[in-house]
Amino acid sequence: MGTDNLQGAASGRPGGTAATMPADRFSMRTRRLLWVWGFLAIPILFYAIIRFYPTFQAFYLSMTNWDLVRPAKFVGFANYIKLFKDPQFWKVFRNTFTYLIIGTPLSLVIAFTVAFFLDRVRFMHNFIRALYFLPYLTTAAAMAWVWRWFYQPPPIGVINDVLAIVGIPQQPFIRSTDQALFSVMVTAIWAGLGFQVIIFMAGLRAIPTTFYEAARIDGLGEWAILRKITLPLLKPTTVFLVVFSSIAFLRIFDQVYNMTTNDPGGPLGSTKPLVLMIYQTAFGSYAMGYAAAQTVVLFTILLIVSLLQLWILREKK
Amino acid sequence: MTDTPALSHANIRPGRIITWTLLFIGGLIMISPLLFMFSTSLKTADQVYDLRLIPAAPTLANYISVLADGRFMRWFLNSMFVAVTVTISNCFFDSLVGYTLAKFEFRGRYFIFIAILSTLMIPTEMLVIPWYLMSSQLGWLDSYWGIMFPGMMTAFGTFLMKQFFETVPNDFIEAARVDGLNEFQIWWKVAMPLVTPALSALAIFTFLGNWTAFFWPLIVTTSKELYTLPVGLSSFAVEQSIQWEMIMTGAAIATLPTLIVFLVLQRYIVRGVMLAGLKG
Repeated sequence: MGTDNLQGAASGRPGGTAATMPADRFSMRTRRLLWVWGFLAIPILFYAIIRFYPTFQAFYLSMTNWDLVRPAKFVGFANYIKLFKDPQFWKVFRNTFTYLIIGTPLSLVIAFTVAFFLDRVRFMHNFIRALYFLPYLTTAAAMAWVWRWFYQPPPIGVINDVLAIVGIPQQPFIRSTDQALFSVMVTAIWAGLGFQVIIFMAGLRAIPTTFYEAARIDGLGEWAILRKITLPLLKPTTVFLVVFSSIAFLRIFDQVYNMTTNDPGGPLGSTKPLVLMIYQTAFGSYAMGYAAAQTVVLFTILLIVSLLQLWILREKK
Repeated sequence: MTDTPALSHANIRPGRIITWTLLFIGGLIMISPLLFMFSTSLKTADQVYDLRLIPAAPTLANYISVLADGRFMRWFLNSMFVAVTVTISNCFFDSLVGYTLAKFEFRGRYFIFIAILSTLMIPTEMLVIPWYLMSSQLGWLDSYWGIMFPGMMTAFGTFLMKQFFETVPNDFIEAARVDGLNEFQIWWKVAMPLVTPALSALAIFTFLGNWTAFFWPLIVTTSKELYTLPVGLSSFAVEQSIQWEMIMTGAAIATLPTLIVFLVLQRYIVRGVMLAGLKG
């Protein structure tokens, strides 16, 4: 398309600049290259200093015992060995993956169900969509405090008050080692749901109606259409959302930090995710080298998740 | 929204009223934290245990006392300044780089594109320790620049803008060259106006991301005057301990700006999310 336009423009303007003036051509190309590198100069510096150099430095620091005070000493893989022998790390690792493995499917199933039915609703469509989408625009650190209040024991906590009305006994929620992680997870699902609903709806809209018409002519029922047409055609959207949501759960921090401030990650470390451990190691105990090793582990996990997405999508094509 | 795409399979179900009602109830549950937050922020301390959503005697006293404190105003302005500055920087640089990569032929173009894109793989958490070291060496700790510098450009924004600049017809650019505009003017006056939907999506995302950012501002700021609103709110809530009506007022102040922006720009924001989600 671009070339067609170019030819059209050139034929429409006989004696155009580039074609008729070969002498000027070289200097014009040089001048344009100067513009290009002028445009890119600051960004290249930025990416080199703020993104690439720190990336390599993180790998290097993960092999030192740097503590902000004494100069960093190279210790090889000692930090990694220490980390893999640290029972706290494995607890945190399990917590992080609990957020991911339960949180991601749960939120996607809810989001798809909402999107699937919301897509058919015409009456006050924008209003209902807004109800689901609004939480996505809130500040996690602020809403964590609202949820924390919700989870309080009666008579303060709204959820326990509602449960009391229905006749369910009081629940400890974020005060219990069994329920705290799931209480935090609900907050995170709530905050991310609106985005997933919108993306699922965009995916549903992108499926041509002719597919549905053809299926109906073939006599397929609603359930069969959902299984044989909607879900398979929605696969790229779903894979994107699985990865997006998995990465968000692997990096969960704001909610945990704010819902458990008196004992961050508590009670007894039962809600602590990897990023909170990194934060406490680096900016609580100033074990920078050890914390850097933890960030490299996080990076590796995220990389595997992203590569998995590429691999699944390639499989499809 | 028009009612074309889904209509063909919309009329079949007789239970449409049930569907609507269930969706509506689900939606009410979704916004109930926001409703309770605003409702409680309008209550006095002794009414907090009263579950009624509409306060018996609504009062702005909490807002007045929170704002009279002065710190919240400061945090609010800090957050506004940081989010607006970073948004402007992203709209400028991400577009400029995206345009250059989309519309110029030069050696190294592909390499630079891949290099920028590869930074998407690196999580912020891995960079904060080197950034902290860099900031402490250069005196950037506890400064606006310290809060802002990591986000001044993003690979996501660059990628998004490149995708959209590729749809700008080349003959527009050639025509502008013939008219004697320099390359910067062509980008700014000819190409930029043609990608405003992408630009507004980028602006919305960048603003929202920086307005709600917590992790890096928490690390880089130490003096309360430089806290952003989320960090300030967190410290404020800890110090209020059980004064929930004050905490809810603070949370409401942090939430209001994005909600107002949404109510004004709902259509653009939803479209922007779809755009960025599908292209990104």
